[in-house]
Amino acid sequence: MAEIIRIPKPLTVSPLKASQAIGAALAFLGMRNCLPMLHGAQGCTAFGKVFFVRHFREPIPLQTTAMDQIATVMSADENVIEGLKTICEKNRPEVIGLPTTGLSETQGTDIHRLVREFRAKYPEYAATAVIPVNTPDFAGCFESGFALALDAIVDTLVPETRHVGRRRRQVNVLASSMLTPGDIEAVKEWIEAFGLRPLIVPDIGDSLDGHLIDKQHSPLTLGGAPLAEVAAMGESIATLVIGRSVSAAADRLEARTGVPTFRFDHLVGLDASDRFTQTLADISGVAVPAKIERHRAQLQDAMVDTHFMTGFLRVALGLEPDLLKGLADLLVSMGATVVTAVTPARAGVLESVPCETVRVGDLDDLEKSAAANGAQLLVSNSHGVEVANRLGISLLRAGFPLYDQVGGYARGWSGYRLARQALFDIANLFLGQHHDIPAYRSIYRNYPDSSTGARPPQACAGVVRH
Amino acid sequence: MRTSDIALLIDEPACANNANKAKGGCTRPKPGATAGGCPFDGAQITLFPIADVAHIVHGPIACTGDSWDNRGTRTTGPAFHRLGMTTDLSEQDIVMGRNEKKLFHAIRQAIDTYSPAAVFVYATCVTAMIGEDLPALCKDAAARWGVPVIPVDAAGFYGSKKLGDRIAGQTMFDHVIGTREPDPVPESVQRPGITVHDVAMIAEYNIRGEFWHVAPLFDELGLRIVGSLSGDARFREVQTMHRAKASMVVCSNALLNVARQLKETWGVPYFEGSFYGVTDTSNALREFARLLGDADLIARTEALIAREEARASAQLAPWRERLAGKRALLYTGGVKSWSIISALRDLGMEVVATGVRKSTEDDKERIRDLLGEDAHMIEDGNPAALLKVYNEKGADVLIAGGRNLYTAMKARIPFLDVNQEREYAYAGYAGMLEMARQLALTIESPVWPAVRKPAPWAGRIAGEALGAAR
Repeated sequence: MAEIIRIPKPLTVSPLKASQAIGAALAFLGMRNCLPMLHGAQGCTAFGKVFFVRHFREPIPLQTTAMDQIATVMSADENVIEGLKTICEKNRPEVIGLPTTGLSETQGTDIHRLVREFRAKYPEYAATAVIPVNTPDFAGCFESGFALALDAIVDTLVPETRHVGRRRRQVNVLASSMLTPGDIEAVKEWIEAFGLRPLIVPDIGDSLDGHLIDKQHSPLTLGGAPLAEVAAMGESIATLVIGRSVSAAADRLEARTGVPTFRFDHLVGLDASDRFTQTLADISGVAVPAKIERHRAQLQDAMVDTHFMTGFLRVALGLEPDLLKGLADLLVSMGATVVTAVTPARAGVLESVPCETVRVGDLDDLEKSAAANGAQLLVSNSHGVEVANRLGISLLRAGFPLYDQVGGYARGWSGYRLARQALFDIANLFLGQHHDIPAYRSIYRNYPDSSTGARPPQACAGVVRH
Repeated sequence: MRTSDIALLIDEPACANNANKAKGGCTRPKPGATAGGCPFDGAQITLFPIADVAHIVHGPIACTGDSWDNRGTRTTGPAFHRLGMTTDLSEQDIVMGRNEKKLFHAIRQAIDTYSPAAVFVYATCVTAMIGEDLPALCKDAAARWGVPVIPVDAAGFYGSKKLGDRIAGQTMFDHVIGTREPDPVPESVQRPGITVHDVAMIAEYNIRGEFWHVAPLFDELGLRIVGSLSGDARFREVQTMHRAKASMVVCSNALLNVARQLKETWGVPYFEGSFYGVTDTSNALREFARLLGDADLIARTEALIAREEARASAQLAPWRERLAGKRALLYTGGVKSWSIISALRDLGMEVVATGVRKSTEDDKERIRDLLGEDAHMIEDGNPAALLKVYNEKGADVLIAGGRNLYTAMKARIPFLDVNQEREYAYAGYAGMLEMARQLALTIESPVWPAVRKPAPWAGRIAGEALGAAR
């Protein structure tokens, strides 16, 4: 049981937190033929767009209600209604996600009423789903914004039904923001290996995996969960929920449809992967395929190979709650110690993180704590590069945003194979910074050595050097 | 900020956009069809490069959390601009009215921790909307902690990014410029026969350190940059910009208000120029010499230009051969449209069309001078329209800002990034070489045919080969 602490301070330095509004935008970017529109000033969208473009290296469809001074002082209601109309007219999306921002929330917008007014005024666009969600940036964080949007997607699109199992091989997956496109691909293959048909919501693995399309350009998402499929989630045989942050959406989906729900905090590491595999076997009635047995055995092999490097490893984590829990569990299962855990906002899952304290704070807090606790490895987003440099330790990149390397979005953590790769990477980072003890030369060996001699081979635990 | 003050900034008389009233000033942005940043974005681009200042963004998390440390500006010393400082206001702070108190203590925390030369406090949408008196609060804080605390009131809903640039510039002119005298030039750096002239740079941001391609030439000529807005700048330097004997506005009309007021109030003459391309770099140096009116400097400048152009020409020759006749489609911010055209012509490339969404009439005039009267100008730069022009004109490369980079990649077309987020330094003679290299790299890349060709099996029936063998 970790203790959650938050030491109030007036100035946040090097934030770990990104806004709820863009977290919500990401969830909508996992819907097919969707164009999210943030209700706020145009900067809210411009920043979000750059944030995602740098992370995914993809064009990002994102619009704004463009609140200006008049709209801010008088009323921004027209901005929402006209903005929706303009998007329907110009871009013809199937779905419009409509997250609010700090500006519109402080103004006191009633976003749900505005959507009703839009419906009444422009019935010709009834086919376009509009999903409003309250996501002010003065509360929560990126992950909670994503979760709120997913709850709103379920609320708006999934009707009250009792058709459980009408689609006999279909399994719903509610995916938290901790799952990268790489994770989602892995989860799909995993489920398909049991002869099941995964319906992942939202599916950024389909829209933001980075693939060229035949068309030169689209103003909408290039993939994602299809509207019609989401509406049919009530016909699945089961719902798999990955990430504690999306619990509210899971509760709602279960209440709406009666589809039995299986919850997982994450799919990182052997135990979590085993539980998921067992659940899939139970749901499908199919024996665990040999391929998955092999992947499991490979992970176990990697665990014994890398435990020399991960054992007693002192790790500092700066991550959003779900991913913090996942990677902390993985590291602790490998004999490492989480000496510092910092997260941007409170969340239910934090108490179960295997360390003494989880601090709600910023990268400045992370740096100080990691230094004080002698951390040897830092796990955080690309903003952690400077911190790791100053601490003189390695950085394992995880979370949002990842902008200083290519392909961060494609790497994942879920399942046997990705956990294996993560262990390899962690071990290699450790090997890369392995410090030999300073050489000691006896006072009795007082003859000069040739300075050009070859360096003696460095010994590293568990590594064979030829 | 009062609406009348905003109107004054938008109506900047030195900006040629306003000479053309037919445009009807600024129109309101269209909800659901708007691109571009907000005034806060503009203000932080303009001022964050002042590297020894603590830049505190006063608001909830989005403004900093979604955007911090995402610019390529470089500094030789302190780098407080990369720290992402914010008051990170919570709902409780806002509802209970604790925001002002929090800011006051945030300023103290920044001063205690970092000993900055000054603190700049940026208003954001939420704090501006709830009616905080930021100037009064900053005044109190400055008196209490003994460090200059400057309010930058460029909230996001005031208008466009450019308005934010202007507010930032105006803030510097009102609160910082003219508050200190420059230090004398140390004897140790005096050289016989060279009179040191003080100059100022406006709207130069040292992206990827590109100004360091040019800075040695300034030193060689005896041009001391007393202050810059704001590439690699320090607070104490900005304070002394009024003592410059000439200033250059680099590729921007957003900060013309600063240049104009420096001229009107302090008698500092200015010119608008660019360091993109051999011709423009030479012209900029010439312009400084002319404004400073030092015959010896003029002669030395010409000699330096001759030397540098000869060297650049020799280095560029092989690239020119490869790039000559290649056709570029340009879509950049207002001023860059003409400055990059000049650079491309130095390489013998052809510009088939250019974007003018943010350009002034003055900019367009220069474009006509460079491209001829029938120059194709693109007003609306949405991705679909850009690609249409690209295809119609048979262009070989799209040159634009980072926002269009992945549009180009998805469309499988070569691309050069020339905006703030770019990865390379293109200014000056040396930067020109880098630009040529990057252009050739993308235009000549073998990946384009590879990603355009269909898969071998496209349009075939599986098992065909086997069937034929039988």
